[in-house]
Amino acid sequence: MPVKRVQKTPMPERDAVLRSHDFKEVNEGYGIAHAQFEAERCLRCQDPICIDGCPVRVPIPEFIHQVAKGDMRAAAEILRRSNPLPAVCGRVCPQEVQCEEQCSIGIRFKPVAIGYLERFVADWEMEQPAVEIRANLHQDQKVAIVGSGPAGLVCAGELARLGYPVTIFEALHAPGGVLRYGIPEFRLPKNVLDWEIEQLKKLGVEIQCNVIIGKTITMDELMGEMGFSAVFIGTGAGLPSFLGIPGENLNGVYSANEFLTRVNLMHANDFPNADTPVMVGRRVAVIGAGNTAMDTVRTALRVGAEHGMIVYRRSDQEMTARVEEHHHAIEEGVEFHWLTNPVEVLGDEDGWVTGLRCVRMELGAPDDSGRARPVPIEGSEFVIPVDNVVLSIGNKPNPLLLQTTKGLASNKWGCLVVHDGTSETSRDHVFAGGDAVTGAATVILAAGAGKTAATEIHEDLRANS
Amino acid sequence: MAEILEKRPLTPITRLYRVDAPLVAKSAQPGQFVIVRVRDGGERIPLTIADYDRDAGTLTIVVQEVGTTTRYLGQLDVGDDILDLVGPLGMPLEIPVKGHIVGIGGGFGAAALLCLMRELRQRGDTTTIINGAREKDLLILNDELAGVCDNLELCTDDGSAGFHGLVTERLAQLIDGDGPGRPDMVIAIGPMLMIRAVTETTRGKDIPTLVSLDPLMIDGTGMCGGCRVTVDNEVKFACVDGPFFDAHQVDFEEAVRRNKMYVRQEGESKNRTACRKLVVGQD
Ligand SMILES: Cc1cc2nc3c(=O)[nH]c(=O)nc-3n(C[C@H](O)[C@H](O)[C@H](O)COP(=O)(O)OP(=O)(O)OC[C@H]3O[C@@H](n4cnc5c(N)ncnc54)[C@H](O)[C@@H]3O)c2cc1C
Ligand SMILES: Cc1cc2nc3c(=O)[nH]c(=O)nc-3n(C[C@H](O)[C@H](O)[C@H](O)COP(=O)(O)OP(=O)(O)OC[C@H]3O[C@@H](n4cnc5c(N)ncnc54)[C@H](O)[C@@H]3O)c2cc1C
Ligand code: SF4
Ligand code: SF4
Ligand code: FES
Repeated sequence: MPVKRVQKTPMPERDAVLRSHDFKEVNEGYGIAHAQFEAERCLRCQDPICIDGCPVRVPIPEFIHQVAKGDMRAAAEILRRSNPLPAVCGRVCPQEVQCEEQCSIGIRFKPVAIGYLERFVADWEMEQPAVEIRANLHQDQKVAIVGSGPAGLVCAGELARLGYPVTIFEALHAPGGVLRYGIPEFRLPKNVLDWEIEQLKKLGVEIQCNVIIGKTITMDELMGEMGFSAVFIGTGAGLPSFLGIPGENLNGVYSANEFLTRVNLMHANDFPNADTPVMVGRRVAVIGAGNTAMDTVRTALRVGAEHGMIVYRRSDQEMTARVEEHHHAIEEGVEFHWLTNPVEVLGDEDGWVTGLRCVRMELGAPDDSGRARPVPIEGSEFVIPVDNVVLSIGNKPNPLLLQTTKGLASNKWGCLVVHDGTSETSRDHVFAGGDAVTGAATVILAAGAGKTAATEIHEDLRANS
Repeated sequence: MAEILEKRPLTPITRLYRVDAPLVAKSAQPGQFVIVRVRDGGERIPLTIADYDRDAGTLTIVVQEVGTTTRYLGQLDVGDDILDLVGPLGMPLEIPVKGHIVGIGGGFGAAALLCLMRELRQRGDTTTIINGAREKDLLILNDELAGVCDNLELCTDDGSAGFHGLVTERLAQLIDGDGPGRPDMVIAIGPMLMIRAVTETTRGKDIPTLVSLDPLMIDGTGMCGGCRVTVDNEVKFACVDGPFFDAHQVDFEEAVRRNKMYVRQEGESKNRTACRKLVVGQD
């Protein structure tokens, strides 16, 4: 029987002061007692509207019911049927605007902690003795996957389960996309990602790193002499934007991508044991207020900054970061400069950053996106003394593949164009999904797109065999 | 992984490697580069594709040992694998001008002229290479370079071989009509100091000049923006828009400054490598 309790069962977390100096995961995860205590709160609604909030329609009450009953294996199976990356999504989904926003008890109480439960079940699964998955690749058509972010990984897994020989091509030296180089260890431990990749390898998926489609191998070669019958493009949106303000090329100015890549992919936090350095001064200003900005500012504290600041031209109401990350950032001592727009990066005579000239903003009428438009307050300019500036103002799809591939349609933002409601691109047997199509979005949307594309590729190949 | 098939010292700190990389060799074009990583925890560093052999599936790279990663590379032998090698990166070099093309190489840069000048000569251009170094023993690949161009001009600072003086002094003589004569186009690859001097030598003389910029890079695919340079007042990513740019439009001051960003850390790391051996195959 469901139990009425106002509050979510709290997530055990590491102490804010201790954790803000290391990279161990902040959330420690529910134990089995927490999980069952929380699972009892779910009403198992007749009309579970929580499912409407989930982009891949996880049968939420069903898996939670199994948790309450203590059948974790059944819960894991239910979960994986619709979400192939539960350990990742349980950690990084913006639940407060997706499944948990819809949860009916959320109207009066705190919603059921769907994300925490999802993570619990997936973590339980990882702890189980490895099951022998055997590759049974019986189909005679092989599929190439371009990019190993969540979209590519999920698409590869689904196709391998359908019996297709699958090869993933990844430009970097390690697979995972943003899950590898972007989202930090303290939020998404890399062993979670490694475990998922291990499962794919057991399924027979081949992963070739250090291959850039469009450079090392062209799309025509893939589908011609290399004999791939279909291709899925999951190349993400990895091209960093800059503001175009004076001083952006001063020493000590980074894009968030560069800053996070240095630390996550290249392990600059372990310099000089690892060979790649990162420059962090005493005071670091991060421009932007999305997940990437929060990850960057919290990483800056962990690699030695004394002051980590968020500078954002709108207010906290318009911030796009997950609520939990915002809370964690506050606990860890991040300083917030809301309604503050940077107009120039200042430097010393040697070209090193010394400050950020900003102007104060106030909120005006809503703009196209429905968010209040910030307008500068005249004469309000001031300087924040800083040693580093990191720009985290968004990413666009990388044009590399488009530059060298004929017949792939894209829109004015550089996103690949797909036929209405499908994953089909303008080229036969070439499918696409994830950030490369939508622009920068979320892990679960990318994973969902990879899954849908796998089904469509299967149909396409059946029709052609 | 790319196996080293040949390793040859060219100077006390410069080595030539021929590596097995069939996919890269197949699509490589003059002007492009690769990024390598030599050990687990290692840095990704860019290296110019000096030459390639599509049939044999091999690449030639020439590396000057200046710091941690290049030294680790130097510890590898024939039969060892370079842990990661990705490419070809960057835009293939397009030479819009026909006529007398002069390539100028300094340090490892001379090697990078191999495939480029061969291709231009095959296309029907008159080709001159100016190969410069401090002294005779530091001039690299003279025989190979002589084989890919019409005129090979050697320059040494101390006069121990060829012209006694800097490459730019010899270039100025050519511009005045000496030797193989005035260039219709100049391409320079090598240390920043040298390419900058070349740029000043041809400035205002109506000689289109291309230089290869060597900013710090990580991914080499346009993902980090760390390699940004300013050319003609526009910000460019050298790894995808370059590495060759119109010399007379380059903001060299900024490029030099940005390359010095990690001098302290590079020194710290280099001191540690001096007493640390690379464990091959470590992962
Ligand atoms: C710092 C950061 C924090 C984030 N936090 C969250 C969060 O908390 N919650 C959330 O839901 N979302 C978050 N996101 C967004 C989420 O990570 C992305 O939406 C998601 O990763 C997109 O997946 P993808 O598979 O489309 O592409 P990506 O993850 O971008 O992967 C694309 C891969 O393709 C490779 N590639 C590109 N071009 C080529 C080529 N030509 N050949 C071969 N390989 C190629 C790239 O190297 C990369 O590995 C965050 C993003 C960032 C940057
Ligand atoms: C497109 C491109 C192509 C390149 N091609 C080649 C090549 O074919 N052969 C080759 O030997 N090098 C080449 N370089 C330079 C090479 O990438 C650097 O020398 C290398 O990254 C140094 O790494 P390291 O760890 O050994 O030294 P670091 O520890 O990074 O540096 C050690 C010392 O060398 C200096 N240094 C760093 N970078 C450079 C540089 N670019 N040029 C000169 N000195 C530098 C530093 O200031 C420092 O004092 C190229 C660079 C680019 C961007
Ligand atoms: S996948 Fe994300 S949105 Fe869907 S139920 Fe899980 S946490 Fe909620
Ligand atoms: S809406 Fe909330 S209470 Fe109802 S089934 Fe979904 S999670 Fe349970
Ligand atoms: S090296 Fe990262 S964008 Fe050029």
